[in-house]
Amino acid sequence: MSADVKNPDFTQKETKESLLSPKPKGESGWKIFSKGIILENPVLILMLGLCPVLATSTTARDAAGMSAAVLFVLLMSNIVVSLFRKIIPNEVRIPVFIVIIATFVTIADYTMQAYQPGLYKVLGIFVPLIVVNCIVLGRAEGFAYHNGVWPSILDALGKAIGFALAIVIMGSIREILSKGTWFTLKIAPEAFQKNAVLFFGLPPGAFLVIGLLKAGINKIFKREG
Amino acid sequence: MSQGLLAILFGAIFVNNILLMRFLGLCPFFGVSTRFSTAIGMSSAVLFVMTFATWITWGIYQLVLVPGSVLLGGILPQGLVFLRTVSFILVIAALVQLVEMFLKKTVPVLYSALGIYLPLITTNCAILGVAFLVIDNKFGFLQGTIFAIGTAFGFGLVMILFAALRERLELAPISKSFRGYPIAFIAAALVSIAFLGFTNMFGISP
Repeated sequence: MSADVKNPDFTQKETKESLLSPKPKGESGWKIFSKGIILENPVLILMLGLCPVLATSTTARDAAGMSAAVLFVLLMSNIVVSLFRKIIPNEVRIPVFIVIIATFVTIADYTMQAYQPGLYKVLGIFVPLIVVNCIVLGRAEGFAYHNGVWPSILDALGKAIGFALAIVIMGSIREILSKGTWFTLKIAPEAFQKNAVLFFGLPPGAFLVIGLLKAGINKIFKREG
Repeated sequence: MSQGLLAILFGAIFVNNILLMRFLGLCPFFGVSTRFSTAIGMSSAVLFVMTFATWITWGIYQLVLVPGSVLLGGILPQGLVFLRTVSFILVIAALVQLVEMFLKKTVPVLYSALGIYLPLITTNCAILGVAFLVIDNKFGFLQGTIFAIGTAFGFGLVMILFAALRERLELAPISKSFRGYPIAFIAAALVSIAFLGFTNMFGISP
């Protein structure tokens, strides 16, 4: 399986796309997997797919539900795209990716509606909107289309865990501050719960938390912007 | 039919502002709102595409997908509602391409102003989000149109407000780790607090 990483399909794609999508050259499976979690975290470092991160992080439980949906869609679309990468013509690849992603989004949408109706009601249109999430399409175009199934699985898992990490951190901060609970467990003293900072549960709180989080990360990694 | 048209319009612009309250379309918001001129270009492109996309997706849903529809009601009584996500995103992608080609041929002035923003709009979740919201809220054609136009104006309002803010921010002495995205988020939080003041205007809550 590791030979797949070197992209056996050299003829058409290599010439056109080598600049657009850099390929991993002989990277180990662990590196492909772990890159997405911290160093290339799709949300906190690359700032992709911000809409669901801000909108569905009101509580840690909503955030975890959203990450599960994204994990499913990202993993399945990466697997299917990498399986059919030699059949999909280069010219129509984006519409094909969109149809593949939309299929799995529909499956996730209906499954959540059937088994988790409460969660589905909170997440609302953000479950079907995974179809336009730049992380999912970006991985299909930038990784799965050029690599074998096994590296694509590792890549999808890494990026999805990175996304989940970011959104669950956001959800935890906002839930603890706005309700005094964490995953609906009461962790703060009674007095705090009665006078919790409601602001963090409202839309401005989401902007403030992610702004401070990003500033902290810039400080730690000595980045700018 | 419960809401009046005026309430839908102002609700979409202020109370449920698409960027600050609903969190849709944030990528172009933070990406393009660094200059006043680009913010205006992007907002006009969104107004244009959002209205067209709402008309077409509403038409497809009501005529083809809904159970007992005009076109397929006889053949498929259950309808094709499960194809909503797939059909809407493909229709929007095709529509953006068509609008681009049409503008290039017929109105080159408008094309040169909006051209570079049109491809970006395909993956703008605000367009698809509004198409879904129109269906979920069970709006009719006129209500849907008003909702789309109001949402686009709300997008433009915040986009232009914010572009002016960010042009000043670039010159401000800001600590290194806050430059760029972090300070933009914090500024957005402050503008968002201002928009919270519109809550319950016309009896609409977010």
